[in-house]
Amino acid sequence: MSTPPTPKTPPKKSTNPLANKERMKIPRQHMLEQLPQVRNKEFTEVNLGYSAELARQEALRCIECAKPACVDTCPVGVKVRDFVQLIVDGDFLGAAAKIREDNVLPAITGRVCPQEDHCEKGCLLNKKGESLGIGYLERFVADYERQHFDTNNIVKATPTGKKVAIVGSGPSGLTAAGDLVTKGHKVHVFEALHEIGGVLVYGIPEFRLPKAIIREQVDYMRAMGVEFETDVVVGRTVTIDELMGEEGYDAVFIGTGAGLPQFMGIPGEHLNGVYSANEFLTRINLMHAYEFPKYDEPMVDFRGKNVAVIGGGNTALDAIRSALRLGAGKAFILYRRSEAEMPARIEEIKHAKEEGIEFQVLAAPLEFLDDGKGWLKGARCQKMELGEPDSSGRRRPVPIVGSEYEIPLAVAIMAIGTTANPIIRQTTPGLATTKKGYIQADETTQKTSRKGVFAGGDIVTGGATVILAMGAGRRAAAAIHHYLDTGEW
Amino acid sequence: MFKIVHAQFIAPGIKRFEIEAPRIARKQRPGQFVIIRVNETGERIPLTIEKSDPEKGTVNIVVQSIGKTTHLLNSLETGDSILDIVGPLGKPSEIENFGTVVVMGGGVGTAMAYPSASALKKAGNRVITIIGGRNKDLVILENEMREVSDTVFVTTDDGSYGDKGLVTDKLKQLIDNGTRIDEVLAVGPIPMMKAVADMTRKEHIKTIVSLNPIMIDGTGMCGGCRVLVEGKSEFACVDGPEFDAHRVDFAVLVQRNAMYREAEKRSMEDYQHEVEKKKATAAEPEVVCALEGKK
Repeated sequence: MSTPPTPKTPPKKSTNPLANKERMKIPRQHMLEQLPQVRNKEFTEVNLGYSAELARQEALRCIECAKPACVDTCPVGVKVRDFVQLIVDGDFLGAAAKIREDNVLPAITGRVCPQEDHCEKGCLLNKKGESLGIGYLERFVADYERQHFDTNNIVKATPTGKKVAIVGSGPSGLTAAGDLVTKGHKVHVFEALHEIGGVLVYGIPEFRLPKAIIREQVDYMRAMGVEFETDVVVGRTVTIDELMGEEGYDAVFIGTGAGLPQFMGIPGEHLNGVYSANEFLTRINLMHAYEFPKYDEPMVDFRGKNVAVIGGGNTALDAIRSALRLGAGKAFILYRRSEAEMPARIEEIKHAKEEGIEFQVLAAPLEFLDDGKGWLKGARCQKMELGEPDSSGRRRPVPIVGSEYEIPLAVAIMAIGTTANPIIRQTTPGLATTKKGYIQADETTQKTSRKGVFAGGDIVTGGATVILAMGAGRRAAAAIHHYLDTGEW
Repeated sequence: MFKIVHAQFIAPGIKRFEIEAPRIARKQRPGQFVIIRVNETGERIPLTIEKSDPEKGTVNIVVQSIGKTTHLLNSLETGDSILDIVGPLGKPSEIENFGTVVVMGGGVGTAMAYPSASALKKAGNRVITIIGGRNKDLVILENEMREVSDTVFVTTDDGSYGDKGLVTDKLKQLIDNGTRIDEVLAVGPIPMMKAVADMTRKEHIKTIVSLNPIMIDGTGMCGGCRVLVEGKSEFACVDGPEFDAHRVDFAVLVQRNAMYREAEKRSMEDYQHEVEKKKATAAEPEVVCALEGKK
C-alpha cells in the first residue's frame, strides 16, 4: 500500500509517565455499548464511545514504537503514535488536528474502519495481549472535536486558481476533496443522490454511523471551502468531457463507488419480498423507510416474519441487523462458507450475535418459492461443505448432494456483491475499463487513460472498504496536486 | 431547490410543470426521465419529461395525481419549489429513420411518447400517432402531437371524443388495413403496453415500450427497478427505460409494482386527512382576510 509522503517530524518527547512494563499491564479499555436487547429494537447507535478518562487510560497503553507499524498499515497514513501522545497530554483538539493531517473523516473512520485489519493489526501490543484501541481513540478524539472545535478557526489555503471536480461524495471523493482544498485548489463535489456521503449515507445504518455525524463531517469540509452539488448524475446530467471542457475543470476525480447489485440468477428472485441489500439499505438509511409513515418511502412489513440475508460481508450484517430492528420474528444470515471465511468485521459479527441474529452457515438458496400471489414464501436451500481454497484464498463451498431442504421466508435480502456501474463508462469516450467494466487506474497515482482524469475507490477495485477507498482518494489527491502544479501527466 | 416557473392543469388530475433545471434541460433526450423528491420526508419517484428548453433552462414534466406524492406535487403552484429533481436518467430512445413508426400514448404516457414522436419525425420517419384516454378530458397533448405527426388518431374508452375504444383497437385496424409499420413505440399503462406487445408479436413488428417500475436512486445502484427481460434481470433505470416489448415479462412488472399497495393506500389516506384538516383550519383566517379586503 503506498501512501502519499508525509513530512517527517522527529518523535515528540514522551510525556507518558509509565514505564513500558506498566503500560502493558493496563487492559484494553472497552467502549460502553447499548444493551443488545434494547438496541435490537431501535436504530440508535450501538457503541457509546469513551469518556475522557477512559480515552486517556487507553492512550497510556501505547508503547510509542520508534517505527510505528500502526502508521504503515493505515491506508491513509494517520500518525497514530503522535495523536495518541497528544491524548496522553490531554490535548484532545491537538490530537484531532494531528489525525486531520491525513484523514478528513475521523468521526466516520473511528466508527466504521476495520482497524483490526490495519492499524491495530500492526500494533506491537498484539504480541503481548490486545492491541491498542486505536479506532476507539480516533472516535473519541473526533467526537471531542465535533463538540469543541469552532470551524470558523479553519485557516484556508491560498487559492491556486485551479479547479477540480470530484464525482461522487463517498469516502474516496470526500478524502480527495479534503486533501485538494487544503492545497488551495477550488474543489466542487458532485453527488447523484440528494444527500452528501454516498455509501456512508445510503449503505451504512444509523446504528453504526449516525447521519448527523456524516453531516457534521461534511459541514466541516464546507467550512474548509469545499463546494457540494447534489442531484447531479455525472454521465447523464453532465459528462466528464463537459466538466473538462465548458465547465473549465482542470482535473476530475471519479469516485462513483460500488455499482449495480448482483443477484444469484436463481428462480424466484423477482418475487415481492426479495431485495438487493443496496435497495433494502437505501430504503432504510437514505429514505428513512423505518420511520414510515412519517417519511413516505415504504417498506414491506417485517414484523414477526422470517427474514434471511444471503451473504457474509459487512453489508449482509448491516442488512440483517436492520431487519431485526424492523421487527423481524427470526432474522438470520445464510452464508455458503463457514463463519471463519466471512468477510464481515469480527466486531459486527459479535454485535449481531448478541442482538439475536442466527447464522446458518454452509448453506445457499437454490430457488425462492412463490406463495401463488407473487410473494416470497420460502427458499429451497442446499447444504455445503468446504473444499480447496479458491482464487480468493478462502476455502471453496462445495454442494452436498441430496442435502436440499426448505425454509419458510417472507423476506430475502441479497448481499452477494456488486458489478460496475456503466454510466460513466458509457458516456466517457477513451476511458479505459477492465473486462468487468471497472475503470482502469494506476495503483499509485490513480491516473486513468484520460489526461486529467483520475479514479479511485470501488469503481476501480470493485467492492472494498471505506478506508481503502479513502486511501485511493489520498493517492489521487497527491497525484492531482502534482499534475496541477507541474502540468506533467 | 428547483423553482416551478409555471404550473397548470392540462386535464383533470393531470398537471404540467415547467421547472428551472438548467443542467437537465441542456442534456435531456427523448425517452429519458427524471426522479423527484418533493420535500424532506418525501419518497423518490420517476416522472416523465415532456420536453425541455435548453436556452431557458427549464424542463416540463407532466404529472397525474395517483398516490400521495403525485397529489402533493400537483398541489404545488407557479413560484413554488421542488426539493430535488435529478436527471435526465435512463438511456435515450433510439432515433433513426425506420420508415413508418406508430407512436402510441395511453393517458399520461402520451407526455413521455411526445419527445420521441417529435425526434422520430425529425429523423425522417412517417409518424402515425395514436393517443387515447378514458374520456375526452383525459386525452392530452393532442395539438402538440399533431405538430409532429403525419396522422393522429384519438380514441376514448367512452367514445366522448375520437373513436370509441382503445388505442390498441386503432392499431389493429391499421394492421388489418395492411398499413406498413416498421416500428411501434408504446407508452402508457402496463395493460395497454402488454396488449400492444401481444398484437405486434404475431405480426413481427418491432415494438418498444417505456417501463415505469418502482425506483429509488435511478442510477443502477439499488436494483429495485429490475424487470424480467427474457428471463434475465435488467434495470429499467440504466438498461432502460425502453425495452423490446416482445421480451418483457409484463406479469412480473405488474406484480412488482403492486409491492407497496398497502403502504401507498395508507400514505394517501393520511395525506387526504391532512389536507382536509388544513382546509378546515384555514377557512377561518381566510374569512378575516376577505373582510379586511386583503384577498
